[in-house]
Amino acid sequence: MSATLLTVIDYGMGNLHSVAKALEHVAPDNVHIEVTDNPERIREADRILLPGVGAIRDCMAEIRRQGVDRLVDEAIRDGKPLLGVCVGMQALLAHSLENNGIDCMNYFDGEVRRFRDGAVDAHGLPMKVPHMGWNNVELKVDHPLLAGINSGDRFYFVHSYYADAHPEYTAATCDYDATFAAMIYRDNIFATQCHPEKSFPAGLTLLNNFVRWNGQP
Amino acid sequence: MGLAKRIIPCLDVDAGRVVKGVNFVNIRDAGDPVEVAKRYNDQGADEITMLDITATHEGRDTMVDTVSAIAGQVFIPLTVGGGIRTLDDIRTMLNAGADKVSINSAAIKNPDFVREASQRFGAQCIVVAIDAKKVGDHWEIFTHGGRNATGINAVEWAKKMDDYGAGEILLTSMDRDGVKTGFDIELTRAVADAVRVPVIASGGVGNLQHLADGVLEGHADAVLAASIFHFGEYSIREAKTVMQENGIEMRV
Repeated sequence: MSATLLTVIDYGMGNLHSVAKALEHVAPDNVHIEVTDNPERIREADRILLPGVGAIRDCMAEIRRQGVDRLVDEAIRDGKPLLGVCVGMQALLAHSLENNGIDCMNYFDGEVRRFRDGAVDAHGLPMKVPHMGWNNVELKVDHPLLAGINSGDRFYFVHSYYADAHPEYTAATCDYDATFAAMIYRDNIFATQCHPEKSFPAGLTLLNNFVRWNGQP
Repeated sequence: MGLAKRIIPCLDVDAGRVVKGVNFVNIRDAGDPVEVAKRYNDQGADEITMLDITATHEGRDTMVDTVSAIAGQVFIPLTVGGGIRTLDDIRTMLNAGADKVSINSAAIKNPDFVREASQRFGAQCIVVAIDAKKVGDHWEIFTHGGRNATGINAVEWAKKMDDYGAGEILLTSMDRDGVKTGFDIELTRAVADAVRVPVIASGGVGNLQHLADGVLEGHADAVLAASIFHFGEYSIREAKTVMQENGIEMRV
């Protein structure tokens, strides 16, 4: 097998080492994992992981300032498999209500909104924001990245904003006060609100599927 | 179904070795933090916290290697605390593969450090650790293992840290730490009900019912324990079974 390159785009937002280590753990020997901000290396990549943490305003500002939006667009048009994680998923939607409203990259027609403060669960216990910890996902579609993952498997989440679960692109939903999109898909794009790199074992299965995915849904 | 409450074993690490002893069956070297972390991961721990109690500079470099080695093999959230004083300290630990850092005395010295850290790295990776002790009818923050009083009201401090961008509060009762009579439920509940972010209860766990009480009565989102797991008294799985018997959502 010929060598292939998977780049984790480093646009300065947060901790990419966890995800790189998890990808290295599951990738076959011929897949080289590189965390980089170098546009040439991102253009040379065979598949791309778009991470993101923190505030959407800061993420989108850096994505635009560094031209990551153009690189992502090229990759998507070239049919390369692309995986967005956490705010990297939210950045693929049309718009976020965080930071008084931020326009995002608009690959998915939907909006990102905040969880309510003050909600309580079935025990009457407070439902804190951020939604932090292990929650079940309900699978909505068959998709190559979901091979070996079962509806009800738990993934690790940490986020205060969520995307509505539009049926036309939601691959998996999750419930926390609201039912939201835990995973979304379209053509060669897949994105997760949860952190597969921290979600042993199901999340590692998803990453294992991603490093072998040909980009066909 | 739904968000699970978390059980977090805590390892005290000195110069790259787990201290206080950890007794697992079939483990070659109970002092190796990588082996211990893997074992907890395999047992179903929801996260792992490592507290660096190393006093020397050289020992701290060892801790970075330890974090890196764990992060290459354990794929659940890893928090590192102890001696986190600068943005560079945080960057070093995150680059090594930690997912969160826990800030304690540096926040008391300079609360703006928490704000800067949260803005720079995101609230999701900033845990503020609070060591509290009962003083009269309220709780105050203590430092240096409970020896030094600060005069700061613990509940007010927790709210302030929430406002400053803490993503989570790790709350330890210094009255209960090591006593094994259960969490300080009143303290836990006062803080958990006062802040918007999740609260991890710590200090005082002596049996598994104590863990469930921390959630149901203390309103904690996660429970942290060291000795009951280290000495093989109970496994993480047994803890989860007791939590489930109490009707608490668990990842099993």
